[in-house]
Amino acid sequence: MNAADEAVVRATQGGLPLVAEPYAAVAKAAGLAETEVIARLAAMLADGRIRRIGAVPNHYALGYTANAMTVWDVDDEAVDELGAAVGSLSFVSHCYRRPRRLPAWRYNLFAMVHGRDRGETEARRAQIRAALGDALRADDVLYSTRILKKTGLRLA
Amino acid sequence: MDELERAIVNRLQGGFPLCERPFAAAAKELGTDEATLIAKLGEMLAAGTLTRFGPMYDAERLGGAFTLCAMRVPQADVERVAARVNAHAEVAHNYERAHDYNLWFVLATGERARIAGVIAAIEAETGFPVLDLPREREYFIELRLAA
Repeated sequence: MNAADEAVVRATQGGLPLVAEPYAAVAKAAGLAETEVIARLAAMLADGRIRRIGAVPNHYALGYTANAMTVWDVDDEAVDELGAAVGSLSFVSHCYRRPRRLPAWRYNLFAMVHGRDRGETEARRAQIRAALGDALRADDVLYSTRILKKTGLRLA
Repeated sequence: MDELERAIVNRLQGGFPLCERPFAAAAKELGTDEATLIAKLGEMLAAGTLTRFGPMYDAERLGGAFTLCAMRVPQADVERVAARVNAHAEVAHNYERAHDYNLWFVLATGERARIAGVIAAIEAETGFPVLDLPREREYFIELRLAA
């Protein structure tokens, strides 16, 4: 990442200023031209360093309180195709493939599932189970019970 | 939640314009005006309905190395182990979960090589093994939570 990108990240990782010309305000803070800020943001959006630009809702404030990490043991040959299908479900906010650690840990697909209560979240697990079909060998769910630390991932 | 708040949650989680007056452009799409949208976003941030407004970065793609770690810790030992884990600056977040594997935390370091060292230190300090579960692939997320 070059110095201009880094300056843009630092100036925007906490959010955009709520003013009529936010990129001009970011440019001033970052010591860059407004057109450069817009070009850097567009480039980072295009290559995936920025996932999207917009409102980040608080799950809990929207009533999504039954948030579960669901884990799935899916055939290796099928996991990428099925992972893409699971990732496209509206109630899944993150979906990753991770390595198995046998014999301790058999699950290779992780999906964060959000529901307004456990009943809804369990119904959504059933929907994923159906989507995985014969490629699914086992699955489990881990509800969070306590946040022990949350500092967020930021450039220092 | 009023109509504009609902529209913001449902239609403005992505696609915020990259132009000189993006709030004016987004407001037009949402059927409101620039000043109203800016004021409403400020209210939603203050109320905690939104945690942030702006670019959502993929920390992993910005550089550095990350992994998800899991530990299986007896209930009586959770406080002690969590304190040792959290004392490492590389631990970005740590959740207790209802499962045999009950401690789940993310390690964030400058280089991949340092991850093994932090994991070894946590294992030595706590006496429990750590599962290292780095992300191998992310599946595209198209839709988001609706209000």
